Amino acid sequence: MAEQPSVPQQKTISLLRFTEFVGGRILYRLSGFGRASIFVFRTLALLFKPPFQLNLLVRQLRLIGVDSLSVVLVSGVFTGMVLATQGYIQLSDLSAEGQIGRFVCVSLIKELGPMVTGFVLAGRIGASITAELGTMKVTEQIDALSVMGTDPVKYLVVPRFLACAYMLPILTVFSTFSGIAGGYVVAVYLFNMNGVFFMKQVQTYLFISSICISLIKATSFGMAIALVGCYKGFTISVAGGAEGVGKATTGSAVVSLMLILVLDVLLNHLLFTLLQLK
Amino acid sequence: MVPEENLGRALKSQLMIQIKNLWKSFEGKQVLKGLDLHIPRGETLVIMGRSGCGKSLLLKLVTGLMQPDAGEILLDGEEISGLKFKKLNHMRRKIGLLFQSAALFDSMTVEENVGFMLAQHTKLSRAEIREIVIEKLHLVDLDGTEHLRPAELSGGMRKRVGLARAIAFDPEVILYDEPTTGLDPVTCVEINRLIQSLHTKLEVTSVVVTHDMDSAFTVATRMAMIHNGKIVAFGHPNEMLENDDPILQQFILLGAPEQILNVSNPLLKEFILNLRED
Repeated sequence: MAEQPSVPQQKTISLLRFTEFVGGRILYRLSGFGRASIFVFRTLALLFKPPFQLNLLVRQLRLIGVDSLSVVLVSGVFTGMVLATQGYIQLSDLSAEGQIGRFVCVSLIKELGPMVTGFVLAGRIGASITAELGTMKVTEQIDALSVMGTDPVKYLVVPRFLACAYMLPILTVFSTFSGIAGGYVVAVYLFNMNGVFFMKQVQTYLFISSICISLIKATSFGMAIALVGCYKGFTISVAGGAEGVGKATTGSAVVSLMLILVLDVLLNHLLFTLLQLK
Repeated sequence: MVPEENLGRALKSQLMIQIKNLWKSFEGKQVLKGLDLHIPRGETLVIMGRSGCGKSLLLKLVTGLMQPDAGEILLDGEEISGLKFKKLNHMRRKIGLLFQSAALFDSMTVEENVGFMLAQHTKLSRAEIREIVIEKLHLVDLDGTEHLRPAELSGGMRKRVGLARAIAFDPEVILYDEPTTGLDPVTCVEINRLIQSLHTKLEVTSVVVTHDMDSAFTVATRMAMIHNGKIVAFGHPNEMLENDDPILQQFILLGAPEQILNVSNPLLKEFILNLRED
């Protein structure tokens, strides 16, 4: 019969197992970060490498941009309406309800326009990219591309990345202006404000720098959504099958949303604190 | 098997694929353990072995989808493992691979699937590509299916479209990964006939990975068996039947009893019946 380890020995074994577990998790996370970084750099490097397949890009521009326009417009209008309602309630306490146009305009342009568009696209496009590429991976279609001498990153990732980076700012413009329109409707028709005064405020506080900030944020969110969506799809476990695709899709949406929030904080710090933009 | 050092220079030039001392672990398991295999030009080599023995893995290594841990793979005398992406892609044009699941692109028609490589790597016009696609579809008895989508095809038709796609670029080597798995007996016979007819018409080197014994003895001009990460038997089908290796005997015998009445190959049928009488 094997001799039982003594209590100090058992403690050492437990400590070793704990260290091994923690070390294993850290290595796993670090290698995952390394793989993701390689994927990002590879995508960026392939942006400038021919052949440039415009037909693939146009198809993605339509799927990501045109097909998302209605949902972005609707979410923008409702965001603007909610902003105007809450703004009126809060500002009226300070007897500053006249500033509602400024409040809606500045909030939408600098923050909520790109953020809401990013959230909508992360759910709608990021998840769909992961599901599509994940299914292609599980059914060996990505391997088939490689065997036929076509780089899957160039063929599948680059057009999606460019389409998201191009379309997010454009959709953000639509979202922001539909939000201002929603705010206008609530302020003028619900709270009986003067419409001309509302628009005058919008005009006064619509700085070029604010629009630039909005577009920079939207482009960054677009890139993040595409990269997360594609990476999650590419790295799906083939053995996971349909369940794996489902999990990766959910994971893609969650990671994209988190990344948008983190990027927003970083960009706010960079643009407003360091560069001191208005 | 003939040791590599005993092969003459003339014979070496006749080898289409040379695999030397190949090692590969997969998901923590050492699958290939110093595998050596020399495939002569113009042969149809059938690779047999139990599930998980590394047959499909070997095809992935030959096509460069995976990199070996150690060892060399030479395609037409040129080292394929460890090549940079551009050179690897160039080498891959010599190979056509029929995936187990056919791996057709869901979003494309049969015509776009079969003509994919031509559209990607040549400057042929649409009309010229269409002409080649029709010719290749004729070779696999699928005339008039150009406009169909993969979802509209039966399992056997998908395999045949996959095969048409694999031969579209006139490869020197065609690799078949479990070509008859999941098909009914009649379709299996059709696929076997197709493999034989393509081998004759196109004068290519074929490598068929299967554990369908009927298919194996029907199409093979040479056979190899993988067991425990190495080739344990290699030779002409007759030599394999005469080989008294117990693992090989057991594999051949157990590989067919369920479908013994359907076995179309007279040699195999006689062999199994003799073994059963013993």
